[in-house]
Amino acid sequence: MSKIQAVFEKGKAFIPFITCGDPDLETTKKLVISMAENGADIIELGIPFSDPTAEGPVIQGANIRALSHGVTTDQVFGMVKELRACIETPLVFMTYANVVFSYGTERFVRQMAECGMDGLILPDVPFEEKHEFLDVCDLYGIDFISLVAPTSENRMIKIAKEARGFLYVVSSLGVTGTRSEIKTDLQGMINTIKSANPDLPCAIGFGISTPEQVEKMSRIADGAIVGSAIVKLIGKYGTESVGPVSDFVKDMKAAQSV
Amino acid sequence: MNEPINGRFGAHGGQYIPETLMNAVIELENAYEKYKNDEEFQRELTELLNEYAGRPSRLYYAEKMTKDLGGAKIYLKREDLNHTGAHKINNVLGQALLAKKMGKTRLIAETGAGQHGVATATAAALLGMECVVFMGKEDTERQALNVYRMRLLGAEVIPVTTGTATLKDAVSEAMREWTKRIDDTHYCLGSVMGPHPFPMIVRDFQAVISKEIKEQMLAKEGRLPDAVLACVGGGSNAIGAFYHFIEDKEVRLIGCEAAGRGIDTYETAATIATGRTGIFHGMKSYFCQDEYGQIAPVYSISAGLDYPGIGPEHAWLHDIGRAEYVAVTDEQAVEAFEYLSRTEGIIPAIESAHAVAYAMKLAPEMGTDKILVINISGRGDKDCAAIARYRGEDIHE
Repeated sequence: MSKIQAVFEKGKAFIPFITCGDPDLETTKKLVISMAENGADIIELGIPFSDPTAEGPVIQGANIRALSHGVTTDQVFGMVKELRACIETPLVFMTYANVVFSYGTERFVRQMAECGMDGLILPDVPFEEKHEFLDVCDLYGIDFISLVAPTSENRMIKIAKEARGFLYVVSSLGVTGTRSEIKTDLQGMINTIKSANPDLPCAIGFGISTPEQVEKMSRIADGAIVGSAIVKLIGKYGTESVGPVSDFVKDMKAAQSV
Repeated sequence: MNEPINGRFGAHGGQYIPETLMNAVIELENAYEKYKNDEEFQRELTELLNEYAGRPSRLYYAEKMTKDLGGAKIYLKREDLNHTGAHKINNVLGQALLAKKMGKTRLIAETGAGQHGVATATAAALLGMECVVFMGKEDTERQALNVYRMRLLGAEVIPVTTGTATLKDAVSEAMREWTKRIDDTHYCLGSVMGPHPFPMIVRDFQAVISKEIKEQMLAKEGRLPDAVLACVGGGSNAIGAFYHFIEDKEVRLIGCEAAGRGIDTYETAATIATGRTGIFHGMKSYFCQDEYGQIAPVYSISAGLDYPGIGPEHAWLHDIGRAEYVAVTDEQAVEAFEYLSRTEGIIPAIESAHAVAYAMKLAPEMGTDKILVINISGRGDKDCAAIARYRGEDIHE
């Protein structure tokens, strides 16, 4: 069992996302440590990309802020190495195919393993294209995490059967960003997934921003992923965001144990 | 002929898109496979192309240009004479008709120079569909007249302010919009790019250009041309002009990329000359990018060629050496724009002027017994104000 899957053995998982280098890597490091201390079970680290086509305006903004300060993939690897001296929490990269491919897929994944990363999410790599990345990840013990969407329908079973780590369940149509209401039949989706792969943990993401939503999602699934709501706080408070983000994460995690 | 295998042309192509869109592109591929050999569909499309868009377009012997340059005999494929003024209508009528058959009621599109946006808005008006066009804010300013045209045709134009506010950002925004609303919406992609099956579908709808060139050339000259030239951004008019000649190895196929201020500067959009393999906008192909894979903010005077990538079939034709790709600067393109206007009385789109520029260099190097075809992909009315400003005249539309 991977370190990521072991997390779900202990209970519902709260999974926050932040973009590396927004506003700078020193703050990212502090944010990761404090989120881990305040209840984050797995942390998603975004490596900035110039053209993040699956992101809404909030995370697009974080990508631009990070890149405008010249953050590079190598600097992100360096930061993760330093983080590993402080925390054990499983860490997952979320970025775009070109960031990995351009670095050299094998070189990228080997670096991930060497600096202690646990998983990789590429929202622009669907089931049909995954082997280019999954096979290398398998070789280095990295979970290559798949996504299912409300439009996946007949594709859900084959995706679930071959998933690694956990399955990222996209809550609604569209790009990342907060939504006041999620209308998808998530329970139905989770039932289909579990019927195909009963042991596969499912975490719901996209549009979750309040403790009430986290509580609701955690009753349906094994975990909840929150990105834009946190990135919004970082956008607002910048280098002073550690306090507000820690409080936010603490409240969200508390909502899972209701 | 040259069919993609598993959605790929050699190493290029594929479907690098969010899971949310996968069933939509699979549905599109299935519908296309169903209709492409459907007699009724083909009849309707041919009627639209002929009666509405004005096909076949002329293959015109540019006698004055030929004599002036003193080399190969030059023919111009007059896609600029199509309804809406460019080759874009060929693809749009095909996709809009297909979307309608699929039960879609809304078309979304990206546009650079505005030609594809105008064509999509036109087809939407004709077929009674809703239309939303995404256009980089910078492009809405340099092509203001086309923005008005689209609105006049009933489309909503959304200026895109993200990234470099040009064509690539308009594509990104259209893709985002498609993930939000799939059921009733077809993404009418304007070039031979994006995830499979778009590069194949757009190519097939544009291939009418080379089909006609071949027939017209055989009728006029009794033989095939020695070279076919076309400008390349994403590459739709070029693949359309090349396609039926790919198997005729003796015909040189030459794609003319936008070098902007030069391929040794950062202000360029010449993908084959300066890019390397990457994955972006749903496809693996060549892209202008930095060492960490960040997509480069490209530049060209031509909004329609101002794109950091190239379609996967072109990448493959380049890999196997079947087509040549050359780079043409802003200055050379502007000179060609002026030259063709003066010499033949034909004002080409600044995009097409890139192909004219290379022909001006190539024709004198070829013998007078040789024949060269330039695809004039669009007309240049839309560019007049911008070129005047480039030449220091303060003209505003």
